[in-house]
Amino acid sequence: MGLGRAYSVALVGLNGYIVEVEADIGQTLPAFVILGLPDASLNEAKERIRSAAQNSGIPLSRRKITANLIPASLPKRGSGFDLAITMSVLRAANDIKSTERTVFISELGLDGRLRPVRGILPAVMAAVQAGYPDIVVAQANAAEAGLVPGARVRGYRTLARLAFDYGADPQELALDFEPEDEEPCDPEDAARPVPDMSDVSGQGDARRALEVAAAGAHHLLLTGPPGAGKTMLAERLPGLLPDLGDTEAMEVTAIHSLCSLPSASVQLVRRPPFENPHHSATSAAIIGGGSGLPRPGAASRAHRGVLFLDEAPEYERRVLDALRQPLESGELVIHRSAGTAAYPARFQLVLASNPCPCGKASGKGLDCTCTPMMRRRYVARMSGPLLDRVDIQLEVERVSLAEFGQSGGEEDTRTIAARVEAARNRQSERLLPFGMETNSQVPGRVLRGILRLPAPTTRILDHSLERGVLTARGYDRVLRLAWTLADLGERGSPDSNDIGQALALRQAATSAAA
Amino acid sequence: MKAKDILGRRGEDLAAGYLELQGMRIVDRNWRCTEGEIDIVALDGDSLVVAEVKTRTSLYYGHPFEAVGVSKLARLHRLAAAWCRDHELRMPLRRVDVIAVVDDGVGDPVVEHLKGVG
Repeated sequence: MGLGRAYSVALVGLNGYIVEVEADIGQTLPAFVILGLPDASLNEAKERIRSAAQNSGIPLSRRKITANLIPASLPKRGSGFDLAITMSVLRAANDIKSTERTVFISELGLDGRLRPVRGILPAVMAAVQAGYPDIVVAQANAAEAGLVPGARVRGYRTLARLAFDYGADPQELALDFEPEDEEPCDPEDAARPVPDMSDVSGQGDARRALEVAAAGAHHLLLTGPPGAGKTMLAERLPGLLPDLGDTEAMEVTAIHSLCSLPSASVQLVRRPPFENPHHSATSAAIIGGGSGLPRPGAASRAHRGVLFLDEAPEYERRVLDALRQPLESGELVIHRSAGTAAYPARFQLVLASNPCPCGKASGKGLDCTCTPMMRRRYVARMSGPLLDRVDIQLEVERVSLAEFGQSGGEEDTRTIAARVEAARNRQSERLLPFGMETNSQVPGRVLRGILRLPAPTTRILDHSLERGVLTARGYDRVLRLAWTLADLGERGSPDSNDIGQALALRQAATSAAA
Repeated sequence: MKAKDILGRRGEDLAAGYLELQGMRIVDRNWRCTEGEIDIVALDGDSLVVAEVKTRTSLYYGHPFEAVGVSKLARLHRLAAAWCRDHELRMPLRRVDVIAVVDDGVGDPVVEHLKGVG
């Protein structure tokens, strides 16, 4: 009898903090008290723990059990503390030997099985960083926890097995209980085939724009009538992006670990994610939020990948404008009553829009029934400051019969992705001294400073600026695109041809917004 | 007498014997008033002890201690005060003890004693 101690991890957003669990058994009437700001699901741990311990053959003491979660001021939520509390209580009753500095993260089933919890990857990362590399998780979480370098992970299926390894009396333990592994239930994890570029017939300009967007990580706006293939094109962008590096893959996997329950086949997310929220989405759904501690939204789930907003003008203006901050900083900081969470959100934004409410105002626009006022209001729903950050603004036309008829022979995703990867390598080599990776990140100061192009090359551009066709910010954007075009063409620096093409890639929107 | 009452009676006898073994003096048994009943009143040195005895034949329906809740404890404290008034005694040191007796009728009965609860 006396005091027991065990460790676990509390997650606040993606940041984890080591939580020390103390248990004390008092000589008074039976009760079970959990201290340290537990939420409802954590308070229910009492009943889970009592039943699980009973059914594992190591019933809890029939006295007053007090479990204290330290630091007391940090709000704690969820069922991941079940195991740590159980181990500290068993230790207090002297049923097992000391667990030393081992961290326990798992939920308990009433029958004594260990159940997986969300967010195991960021939790284990935090534990290892804090100097607690010994970690015990549910078997279903073991693969994910094992992704963290330096972690010594042990997976268990039942509490009885774990208690046995910590010296509980094997006579009493329910050691022959072997729960079946749960079926992976996450449909997202079933390898979704990425659609291929060879399915897109015609659309030469749009294909080129997509390639440039992928190569330089430029944000992209596609405007065009319904059925032109905007959605089809956007869905094919992730396939063109190169694989994620080790650090990036860890970040992305950590966010996905928070959002979904673990499945059996856990590995690092190596492919850039693609998020395609519906236009009725609230800002909490896109940015992140929810009651208590904020959860990541679509923008964070699209971290290091593509956030596609189809029918962009149909989104609430508030939602669209809320994206300006992450576009600038690559991070979303959300404040709620239970605390502040920061989630990374460095995504590539792809907007798709009809040219007008009726969708027929492309080309000559003869069928369009919208008044000029309606058309202007519609386009103006996407605010100037947002569009200012979108480098490529392209008009997509309907595919003509001629193009449609001779479909086939279009380049497939693999061919284009190879060019994109080569272009990315050239960029990162050039931009390494500036601490950047892609052309889209280069500030105007550098573009017009160290990377300045000779005057003859930029003549058309200077001319446009002079005539007032181009703003100063627009000038920088054309330069960025020109660099990407040069990288794709394997030229050391952009020539006047690249500048001309870059200008064309954003010309469309200039006319649409006018 | 019903079976459960016989069991309860046997538990109380066992508990009383146990308390005497601990050096307490039993002063009253099954004292009743309008508010309820005290199983055992005893003296432990200068302290007045009001003991509640819970008896079970098995742990199948939970431990006897678990049957003593917050309201029952509060009532025992009120009963202790009432007993003192009734006997015109001033006992500044009063406490409530709970005694659990588990008697399966086969092996030796197990008596557990919690002192000064609530």
